[in-house]
Amino acid sequence: MSRRSNVVPNVLYDVDGVAQRRNNRRQAAGRGGAKGRGRGKKPASDEEEEDEEEEDEAPRGRRGANKKKPAKKRGDDDSEDEAPKRKRGGAANKKKGGKAQDSDEEDSDAPKGQKGRGGKGGKKGGKEEEETKGKKGDAKGKDKGGQNNISSDSSSNSDEEEESMSEGEMARLMEEVEEKKKLIANIRNKPWRMKRRLTHLKEAQAFVDKFEGALGKGKGRKWYAYKVMMTKVLMGLPYGSIPRKTVPREEQDTAQDYSVLMDFNVRCSSYYFSTTKTLFLSQGYCKYSVLFYGFYNNERTIGLLKFRLPLSYLMVGIGTFGYSLMLVIRTMAKNADVGGGDGEEGEFTFAWKMFTSWDYLIGNAETADNKYASITTSFKESIVDEQENQKDENIHLRRFLRVLANFLITCSLGGSGYLIYFVVKRSQEFATRDDLSWYEKNELEIIMSLLGLVCPPLFETIAELEDYHPRIGLKWQLGRIFALFLGNLYTFLFALFDEVNTKLEEEQAIKNASIYAMKEYYANYSRLVNDSEATPPPMNPADVIRGPCWETAVGIEFVKLTVSDIQVSYLTILIGDFARAVIVRFLNYCWCWDLEAGFPSYGEFDISGNVLGLVFNQGMIWMGAFYAPGLVGINVLRLLSSMYYQCWAVMATNVPHERVFKASKSNNFYMGLLLLVLFLSLLPVVYTIMTLPPSFDCGPFSGKSKMFDVVMETIDLDLPAFMGTLFSYAANPGLIIPAVLLMVLAIYYLNSVSEAYKNSNMELKKKMQMARDEEKNRRNNTDSTNQVMKDLEDLLPNRSLAPPPEPEKPPEPEPKPTKTKPGAAGKGVNLQKDVALASPNPNARGPVRPGPGPGPGPGPGPGPGRGRGRGPPPR
Amino acid sequence: MGNKQTTFTDEQLEAFQDCTFFTRKEILRLHSRYRELAPHLVPLDYTNNPDIRVPLALIVTMPELKENPFRDRIVETFSEDGQGNLSFNDFVDMFSALCETSPRELKTIYAFKIYDFNRDNFICKDDLQQTLTLLTKGELTEDEVLLVCDKALEEADLDGDSKLSFSDFQNMISKAPDFLRYNHVLYSHLYLCLLLLLLLLLLLLSG
Repeated sequence: MSRRSNVVPNVLYDVDGVAQRRNNRRQAAGRGGAKGRGRGKKPASDEEEEDEEEEDEAPRGRRGANKKKPAKKRGDDDSEDEAPKRKRGGAANKKKGGKAQDSDEEDSDAPKGQKGRGGKGGKKGGKEEEETKGKKGDAKGKDKGGQNNISSDSSSNSDEEEESMSEGEMARLMEEVEEKKKLIANIRNKPWRMKRRLTHLKEAQAFVDKFEGALGKGKGRKWYAYKVMMTKVLMGLPYGSIPRKTVPREEQDTAQDYSVLMDFNVRCSSYYFSTTKTLFLSQGYCKYSVLFYGFYNNERTIGLLKFRLPLSYLMVGIGTFGYSLMLVIRTMAKNADVGGGDGEEGEFTFAWKMFTSWDYLIGNAETADNKYASITTSFKESIVDEQENQKDENIHLRRFLRVLANFLITCSLGGSGYLIYFVVKRSQEFATRDDLSWYEKNELEIIMSLLGLVCPPLFETIAELEDYHPRIGLKWQLGRIFALFLGNLYTFLFALFDEVNTKLEEEQAIKNASIYAMKEYYANYSRLVNDSEATPPPMNPADVIRGPCWETAVGIEFVKLTVSDIQVSYLTILIGDFARAVIVRFLNYCWCWDLEAGFPSYGEFDISGNVLGLVFNQGMIWMGAFYAPGLVGINVLRLLSSMYYQCWAVMATNVPHERVFKASKSNNFYMGLLLLVLFLSLLPVVYTIMTLPPSFDCGPFSGKSKMFDVVMETIDLDLPAFMGTLFSYAANPGLIIPAVLLMVLAIYYLNSVSEAYKNSNMELKKKMQMARDEEKNRRNNTDSTNQVMKDLEDLLPNRSLAPPPEPEKPPEPEPKPTKTKPGAAGKGVNLQKDVALASPNPNARGPVRPGPGPGPGPGPGPGPGRGRGRGPPPR
Repeated sequence: MGNKQTTFTDEQLEAFQDCTFFTRKEILRLHSRYRELAPHLVPLDYTNNPDIRVPLALIVTMPELKENPFRDRIVETFSEDGQGNLSFNDFVDMFSALCETSPRELKTIYAFKIYDFNRDNFICKDDLQQTLTLLTKGELTEDEVLLVCDKALEEADLDGDSKLSFSDFQNMISKAPDFLRYNHVLYSHLYLCLLLLLLLLLLLLSG
């Protein structure tokens, strides 16, 4: 008994939370009958017990208690029972009173013979037990321990008992066990103290161990062990399974893009062989290296495994695009937050700022200071915003300035486009000459990089004219830089196409020449040797005269562009940030003004600009990768090195941006840009693949009239014939046009569905807003609504108060001071209004007032009324 | 375990693993971090669950908390005695709740407790003021603080008792942009269809 009494209270105390919940659930399911009854009886039974023998065995009583009437008899049986059975029965009973009882009775009939032993003890024990059980199953584990010891002698009966257990009980017990298991799995999510968690865990585990084994007869236990193991494995590395490095909030968007881009690149590079050869970008050594299109030849199959190089070249080229598209779109879909836009932005400005602005990852004093400063600024900003919501003094001037700014920016965009076109044209002229200086050779790339360097700050300066809200301003700025990059890239592309066309003509000439040469050769050969057999020429005619191989030329352009981009960005960091930081830092000792705080100061780390650079860079890679597979390798190297380099630069020389924008909001903005770039870079590549004839003497597609002929060839030669016909059907316009139509319809449908969702979202939001407003209104007007109640109450006979409104007024002033604290001036006003409203009422009430009222009235009467009327403040 | 000193028994470790979001290694590491705070106080051997508490003043020197404006409140919230003295259990508890893998709901609960400075289960105006003062290092004027607190209350208080109950708080936090993670599949279908369409068109034009 002593043991029991110790255990029970502790457990009860510890497990209260769970027990309560569980009980509720069970009761809700209508199974709580036995429990409820059991509990009701408890007090009485407890007393009894104490009077009687204390050495009773705890477990014995369980069943007996559950079946109140037949308790005695059964209690005896139970005492002899083996532990598992009892437990089962107990659990089952606990779970559902009514049903369980029947089955229990059946069960108990079997071992009736043992009845005689300790009727009383059984009963009492049972009741006590029941208390434990009823409250919570968790305690069972412990009880069981006890039971086992006690009942070990009676184990022989166990088999019978087990068989006798009904299906329903089993199910119930299983349910219980499942619940426990759920608890174990979720215990880490419970907001409890660790101690409590540990206790619960132990109990639940003990319970599960006991019953799983007993229930499943070994199989269950094994299964459970397996499951536990699996969850351990899984839980060991939950959700974010691979330990991720956390990224400071300020760099999150950068990091995000890095990861996506890196991911993409790494995967690509596993397709292509990434070479780390040093670059010789002139038309020398590298031209026929693995870096470029021209390196690969058109052998249909290579080696024993029949690796189809041309086919895989095409497939990888197109598959890369497909995969990147999927990646970008999936990422976008993942962090597309519907309705997270302007609608909700205004709702919780201050509350969010207050509760979510601190970054819990900050561990550096300087960063923390910056964060404090930025939080303070943002609060001040919103205060100012709040205070002067609209102050457009001179809207005309503002408009004029904005138009002017846009005009200037359009001009500079056009100018830069023309400049690039001009330079490309010039470079075509240069291409025919040999005496070129280094600058003339690389003019195009240098100009493009310089434009990318000069224009963004220029735009920023012009954007000052517009005076947008910084967030909107940032978007404009990014959009403009993007337009610049894109414009430049496309001008470059068009110029390149011109070049390609001239190359194609040239190539045609060379091809004719080489065919002519070959014919000549054959003619000569047959004439000299006088042998009509076709003897292969000493070398491949394609190798006799090398054509210009426009694909390689395009690839070289892109590689040059990338490399010069790398150089420029590294140099910018070195000069623009590092040198500046050094000068500011060390010249500051001997300068007339404070360099650190004043004019030059340190460079800011421009997150958005950097991300945009990455996006643009990625676009170039996408475009160039088909013609220069090695570009991907170069880019991987570039990204890796620039990550460390920029990391160093940021740490050493930069200060954080003055305004930090939450990455999550603009996340999809950048991803959207990436998608756009992807699409725009996909267009020219697909166009060239589909329309331009490949060079006849270089690359995997040489000898074909179109690049995608490789696919046709494979279909014809390597696949069974019916596949060929199938494909020819599929390629039939008659099929494609309906497919296009279908897709248009699907787009239309999806679009309208999403519209509808958006609308219903808006509706819901509106409703919530209305509910909120109503709530607020109700709060503000509590006085007036309560007035009715007040009147009604005043009408009650015993309440009937003699006090006319006049006596009510005097007490009013005194509570006011207390009210001032909440700072609700409005409430004071309401109150007075109230009083004014209240005054006519008593007159109306006049006739109801009975005589005796006046005496006690003044004191209590106004009291309650006022209290309710005022609502929150007095509380 | 050989000659290595055991810090925890396997059972203890498993229990901790079940109760927290940490792995074995991390728990051992936590213990060593805990012990670093007060080497003379905390024994290496924890197999018998010694009842030892490390005072708040030592806990807040951890680099993880050092710069946090709410460090004292965090530690107090997780201490069983409410004074900021952490037993190892509390310590593990704290880091488990703060770690990256713990779910938002749990974090919200603890965040609420942390912001509830006077522990009345409501975030009232005083709590807000204290939060704000800590968050801005007291650089806002009195009026500004009052204005911000009023505004925040007005925004988030749904039941109109001019203090934030947990449900208010939860509602507000769950809508915070960093918490928003919708999985909008529709759009991805849309994009994919669009792209397929374009590719098909290209095919049609060229073929």
